[in-house]
Amino acid sequence: MYGNDFGPRDDAPLNAAETQDYTQALEDYFNGLIDEDSRIEPRDAMPDGYRQTLIRQIAQHAHSEIIGMQPEGNWLTRAPSLRRKAILLAKVQDEAGHGLYLYSAAETLGVDREELLDKLHAGKQKYSSIFNYPTLTWADAGAIGWLVDGAAIMNQVPLCRCSYGPYARAMIRVCKEESFHQRQGFEILWTLSQGTDAQKAMLQDAANRWWWPALMMFGPPDSGEKAADGHTAQNMAWGIKRFTNDDLRQKFVDMTVPQAIKLGITLPDPDLRWNEERGHWDFGEIDWDEFWRVLKGDGPCNAERIATRVAAHEEGAWVREAAVAYAAKVAEREQGAVA
Amino acid sequence: MSTKGSEFAGVRIAGPRPGGDLGDGASQATAYLLSLGDDALVYAQRLAEWLTHAPQIEEDMALGNIGLDLLGQARSLLTRAGEVEGAGRDEDALAMLRDEREFRNVHLVEQERGDFAHEMARMLWFSSYQVELYSRLVGSADETLAGIAQKAVKEVEYHRDHATQWVLRLGDGTEVSHERMQAGLVAVHPYVRELGEDYPAARWAAAEGVGVLPSTLAGPVNDYVSGVLDRATLAMPDAPRWHARGGRDGIHSRPMGYLLAEMQHIARSHPGATW
Repeated sequence: MYGNDFGPRDDAPLNAAETQDYTQALEDYFNGLIDEDSRIEPRDAMPDGYRQTLIRQIAQHAHSEIIGMQPEGNWLTRAPSLRRKAILLAKVQDEAGHGLYLYSAAETLGVDREELLDKLHAGKQKYSSIFNYPTLTWADAGAIGWLVDGAAIMNQVPLCRCSYGPYARAMIRVCKEESFHQRQGFEILWTLSQGTDAQKAMLQDAANRWWWPALMMFGPPDSGEKAADGHTAQNMAWGIKRFTNDDLRQKFVDMTVPQAIKLGITLPDPDLRWNEERGHWDFGEIDWDEFWRVLKGDGPCNAERIATRVAAHEEGAWVREAAVAYAAKVAEREQGAVA
Repeated sequence: MSTKGSEFAGVRIAGPRPGGDLGDGASQATAYLLSLGDDALVYAQRLAEWLTHAPQIEEDMALGNIGLDLLGQARSLLTRAGEVEGAGRDEDALAMLRDEREFRNVHLVEQERGDFAHEMARMLWFSSYQVELYSRLVGSADETLAGIAQKAVKEVEYHRDHATQWVLRLGDGTEVSHERMQAGLVAVHPYVRELGEDYPAARWAAAEGVGVLPSTLAGPVNDYVSGVLDRATLAMPDAPRWHARGGRDGIHSRPMGYLLAEMQHIARSHPGATW
């Protein structure tokens, strides 16, 4: 009769790697890397919270690239000149490429793309809420480049120094291409600003509609009194985040307002004025109710964006299945030939 | 160049004239260049419709890339057509301001987007045709056209390879994909013959050594596609009861007007504007 006398108790360590000593050693190693501002690589031990935060953030970024193809893709068949059509086609294609790098970066953390796409489709992971707004005119193709890509780059440049190596490296390439896109967007708008009255009106209308949502892209306030809310403090300690949302938003406003002046447009904020004392542009109160409403699903295009994405995925299932079946057949034949 | 040119279609090769001028046949030359350019432009337009709808993200990229290559070919060909015509029309005037009856593309490229198998069937035929076409046009007596062909032939070889790989995967993949691929081939079959039919501008261009007779391409195109279908366990569809014709003469099918309405409407809504 064998009893449980020699068996471990459920909560007792069976070996030294299950002890607090080992957990502490891993934590010390990880903290050491963070302290010396070294990159964490996929094989390094990392706290689960760090891993989960990165998976969520990188996945959300990848999803944003893929969903972001839709509002601009909306103008591919209608671009007003062949040169603009070619530039836009290359841009939308770049976004698909960025999505792929980012899914690959997320995969180094032990998830796979299929799992992340399932979560996107089920509404369990988010994408940038800016893409829940519609692209109504050709000027919107320019405004997305100028404002949305401009805001995205402001967020992403610090990520080139993110503590997680694969993400930081992906960001270096993404930022370079995004910078190109931002210039192209500005150039679309610059051309409109030099054009007919109808083109100028189209430009002003797009700026009116995209300005505030672009400022919302930096996320809710997280400095001053709000510093204790949310994840900013932890993410900064982990070297995932380098600046607060509010700092990045201010930098974006400071960089963008002079460009709006150059375009000869007004921005839809009566409180926008240069503050000599601060050395920054002051700007008005952001409508955070709108931000939360759109984020939670009640924006003009939330349902459409996901429906389009899910339809492409479901309608393509038979194609992906065929590719897998064919690869298996080829492998089998090759094996047969070798044997 | 003339030695190389004389190898195809057995027609007399005219040397390029000073300044690249194509001489008396300018209107035929324009028509020929528009036929090639419109094929590329209209197919690029259809491929752009795939972005965000492809079966996987890699394929969004690939179809976008192929569309971008075709758009690049179209821009060069339309620009050259405008120069030869000499009426001051640039690529955009030709793309955005011509009416349906003035477009000279084949019906195959203007058909509405179907499922992925339909697209791969269309791409296999069209890219096979373009490989044969451009690999001969590198010897064109028109140096500009020869240069365009030299760049394009590398691109369309990749397009043909892409379509070939997918036709193999779908044909020899699952039962469902096999059926859908076969159905795609059947659906595009009535549009294939037009690619290999001669038309006046092509006859002129071939006689001048500027272009190629489409009928001389039909055999090699058919051989290539047949080889792929064999490997993919697919059958070449039976000769269809009817086949599309008239595209080179500006007689199009129903989807063409809608395609142009969408492509041209912004440009036409703002006469004289710069973009």
